[in-house]
Amino acid sequence: MQDTFIDGQFEKKNRVKPGEQTILLLLRVFAYSTIGITLSIVVILFSESLSFFKEVPLTEFLGTTKWTPLLEPRHFGVLPLVYGTVFIAGGALIIALPLGVLIAVYLSEYASERSRQFLKPTLELLAGIPSVVFGFFALTIITPVLRHIDPEVQVFNALSAAIVLSVMILPLIASISDDAIRSVPYSMRESGYALGATKAEIIVAIVIPAALSGIISSCILAFSRAIGETMAVTLAAGATPQLTLNMKDSVQTITAYIVQVSMGDTPHGTIEYQSLFAVAVVLFLIVVVVNMSAQVVVKHFQRKYV
Amino acid sequence: MSTNDLFLIRENRPNLTSTIRTSCGDLLLSQKNNLYRRKLIDFSFRVICILSVMIAISVLAVLLVSVASEGWQWLSWKFITSFPSRHVELSGIKSGIYGSIMVIVVTMITAIPIGVGSAIYIQELMKESKLRSFIKANISNLAGIPSIIYGILGLAIFVRILGLERSVLAGALALSLVILPIIIIATSEALSAIPNSIRNAAIALGATKWQMVRDHILPNAWAEILTGVILATSRAFGETAPLLIVGALSYAAFIPEGIFDYFTTLPIQIFNWTGRPQSEFHELAAAGIMVLLGILLVTNSFAILLRNKFRRKMT
Repeated sequence: MQDTFIDGQFEKKNRVKPGEQTILLLLRVFAYSTIGITLSIVVILFSESLSFFKEVPLTEFLGTTKWTPLLEPRHFGVLPLVYGTVFIAGGALIIALPLGVLIAVYLSEYASERSRQFLKPTLELLAGIPSVVFGFFALTIITPVLRHIDPEVQVFNALSAAIVLSVMILPLIASISDDAIRSVPYSMRESGYALGATKAEIIVAIVIPAALSGIISSCILAFSRAIGETMAVTLAAGATPQLTLNMKDSVQTITAYIVQVSMGDTPHGTIEYQSLFAVAVVLFLIVVVVNMSAQVVVKHFQRKYV
Repeated sequence: MSTNDLFLIRENRPNLTSTIRTSCGDLLLSQKNNLYRRKLIDFSFRVICILSVMIAISVLAVLLVSVASEGWQWLSWKFITSFPSRHVELSGIKSGIYGSIMVIVVTMITAIPIGVGSAIYIQELMKESKLRSFIKANISNLAGIPSIIYGILGLAIFVRILGLERSVLAGALALSLVILPIIIIATSEALSAIPNSIRNAAIALGATKWQMVRDHILPNAWAEILTGVILATSRAFGETAPLLIVGALSYAAFIPEGIFDYFTTLPIQIFNWTGRPQSEFHELAAAGIMVLLGILLVTNSFAILLRNKFRRKMT
């Protein structure tokens, strides 16, 4: 809360009507319940996966590279899933990063007020499209086009998932980078002009380095969004957990595996059911670490310009 | 002043010209008087930027056009009022629409009071403290957690521990976990846009904290809050993964009779049709997507209109 009277000494003298006590208490419970949500995520995920790790040793889970939990003989090496997740999210980032930053540069440096007013809502529109729609887009439009270009591309392939994911994270990168670039003071650009630099030189040499912390954190956040993305990846990339460098092949992500198990009716207590929680822990940890690194970047590399 | 700003970029380089020269490298300034070449680079950079924007817009256009061209032939009143079926021409999205509406209504009933209430408490009633910044940081962390994790949480808590089975209520509760952080953040932003003079005026006249919030803060902030809530609702409407995990049916030829009944939703119906190999079902999915995007377009534009109409300028 900003500095107000109620923060100061006047606060104690404030009377509180009897009925208000209940409302204030209720609001307090609501606010504290958000901590409860975090706690229950941690407690539930870890306690449910404990019973999984009783049957599957941690060394097999993290140390082997075969993931066949639904077929005999069962293998529980989670690495192919993690690999598939990072592979697709990384591919999406490679496509979306240059595009997103260039769009942000256009929005903040080149666009007139009128085209900005058109482009910003367009990007928001793109960001508001549900993920299942992007999945449809990948499976019925992008993949056929890719297969037309190169017949070796599988029906389910990592490339089309990465492309569609890059479209999904594009608005995020563009809008956060746009904010970062716009917060660079105009006097810095003027200094460049005074030295005779062209606009492109100013952008590359002055504006982007000054906004770098914002741009990097936008990428990290986009990466984390891509890691947790579910429906589009499930529809586009398929369900073949494998370690491959070939983007034409099908891979399975952690999220796609969770969907695959949930689609079947998995009774409580089976190893499949428990494996959901084990892979969810892995996903949760990856996302938390990635998000935290974004905060670290902002905290330590952000420069404040006044 | 402007020179000082430039030094900020490379503090250790006192010479201003060398700053730019080292940053641009051989590419730019070292082409000493080659103005033509530099202008060419400048021009092409501009073109590349415009091209990137064009790519993004054309992807959106291709998406919308291809969905419309595949789906329009199935889009009819009959499509909206029939249950899904194995026969393409008899299929419809009635159960999906009803299921979605029921889930969204229950989600809103749980998520709006808790979300808006926590935001009011954190933003208006809490003193600056470690606990407050911890709660705020926690909420932004919650907003960054993928929705599928909330689905897993819902599966464990609502479906198994509370024994709600694969019901509308279980799905709606999981979904409200997904949008709760979004509502809290949007409401907090709306509240922090209210100038302090209004708070001070209310307190100076002897209002209690709750009177201040009820009579002065909320009347000024409701439009912004409502906008955030509507945007969160439309996000929830398109959300698929958590409901799938909690156990929404992918095929349901009935309308849920109550909040404890089985259900399916429109996005899940679309997912089901998209996942089938036959291309006729893809066309059905496209028609479903047109309905879904139509609903989202209406709600989102309503939210934006509301924001623009009621936005009060306060300084």
